[in-house]
Amino acid sequence: MAAKTIISRPIYGTLSPQPGKHHLFLADAEGALAITDMAARAPAGFFDGAEIVFIPGPEGKYVAALEALKPAQLHIAPSFASLLPRLKQTLTNAHMGLRLYLAGTEGLIGQAMQVALEAGIDHTSMQTEHRGSLARRMQCVHCKGITENVTTQPATCSHCGLLLLVRDHYSRRLAAFQGVCINAEDRSEIPPIEEAFP
Amino acid sequence: MGITFRKETFRDDFTFRNSPEHIRRFPFPFHEDSYMYAVNIEPHVVGPKGSVLENLIDVDEHYVAEMQDRAMVLAEDPLRCQSLPHMTLAGWDLLELLMEQQALGYPEHFTLTRDGDRWRWINRPLGIDDTFTFGDTSTLPYGPVEYITRQSQGDFCILDQRDGNLWMDAGMVTTQADWSLDFDIGMNFFEWHAPVPLAHEKGIFVRALKFLTNIQQGKPARRLNWTMTINPRLDTSPENYHKWGPDRATVTPENVGDKVHLRVELQSFWRLPRSNGIVFPIRCYLIKMDELVTQPKWARRLHRVIRDLPEELANYKGLTRYRPTLVEWLSKLDDGSPTSPGFGPD
Repeated sequence: MAAKTIISRPIYGTLSPQPGKHHLFLADAEGALAITDMAARAPAGFFDGAEIVFIPGPEGKYVAALEALKPAQLHIAPSFASLLPRLKQTLTNAHMGLRLYLAGTEGLIGQAMQVALEAGIDHTSMQTEHRGSLARRMQCVHCKGITENVTTQPATCSHCGLLLLVRDHYSRRLAAFQGVCINAEDRSEIPPIEEAFP
Repeated sequence: MGITFRKETFRDDFTFRNSPEHIRRFPFPFHEDSYMYAVNIEPHVVGPKGSVLENLIDVDEHYVAEMQDRAMVLAEDPLRCQSLPHMTLAGWDLLELLMEQQALGYPEHFTLTRDGDRWRWINRPLGIDDTFTFGDTSTLPYGPVEYITRQSQGDFCILDQRDGNLWMDAGMVTTQADWSLDFDIGMNFFEWHAPVPLAHEKGIFVRALKFLTNIQQGKPARRLNWTMTINPRLDTSPENYHKWGPDRATVTPENVGDKVHLRVELQSFWRLPRSNGIVFPIRCYLIKMDELVTQPKWARRLHRVIRDLPEELANYKGLTRYRPTLVEWLSKLDDGSPTSPGFGPD
């Protein structure tokens, strides 16, 4: 986390078991560990009413650890895009009292939150925990294209190619940080590109 | 009678100018020789004749040219005008407010006649004569926000009030000082102000929000804000920053007077009657240094303000690259004599 931050930058917490009958978990990669850590503090039978949707990522780890929690449903998805229709359907049909838990990379948390917001769930009611990569999802303010998994500062827009300053300014609606041309005033100035969000 | 509207541009050949009368009425934003953030909000009441406060919604000699520039911006980027689905009623509130105020202040240019929900709006400078049903979007060529703000100078942020906060849920933003409606739409008051330096720590936004959420219908408020712009460009959006940013590197001692503009925002805040939202017009006034320094008091004071501005604020306002050149140029017009209190020219 950056030492100095701004108010629009999301702050993540630690997952904790909430009262409720239905619990929906969404996690990617190391986000699974946030769920297993929480499980140690959860009351007996907590996962009987839980659905876990997990994107293991390329390394394919942690699936067994989640299976061991014996959730009512464990769904493994290859990517966020692939689970989107299912997630929208689940949230559309959800009843009052569904609790949402999001864990893993900022990109996963942000995109899942975006879908939940569209379904009318207030963002303050969602449990979030950041685990794993600090990579950012970035919207280019110029061409509006989204670049996924940005790890450098500055970063090149994957759509229009401008070199962008990755700001801390964050939009929940877009699930993205803002990228603004870093050398707009003099394109010959090329600042060093550093690994800022590993 | 009436305003003589200038034919001018805010891009390409930049023919924008202020007439001598408009220089005198410019809303100079510094009441003393230094500047720091403050919650400088006051009641938005009618001011002296001949000032920008003569009417609560000001229409001036730049009206037609500004509306033409807005139409060009929207043609290039329709995302500059957006409204979240729950904001339609607030949009009609805004349409009513702007039609009423413009017709009240400038009857020779605008006429509103109402027969129940059947309204007729005549806008002579833009050649518009439309009859429509208030509240029925299908009777207008655009949604209510876009329709009326294509005919009103300034940007407009329409805020929903809920949970003790204000939410930027609709707007028309084409003359902005480097912020993006498309990015900030849906954010609350603290979130969309997040990038502003120093002011959060001073508690400015907490106090401002408290004030704004208590604004009452019929009792609008206002404040001034300012920055500087190179060339009289209205559309200094982040969207187009890669296009106008290079302008900042073009300032030389020879062209300061023509290129560097003080950009003042007259922001006002109005409670909307049906939606209980707030509309926040941000009206932009531009004046080039050559015009501004025709008032010696303003020249002296601006020199002192820009010279002494804290580095962080200068960076935020984007002045860094040309500040030394500007300060040097202004210093020649500052003999060190005192300035009189208050905003106006001597």
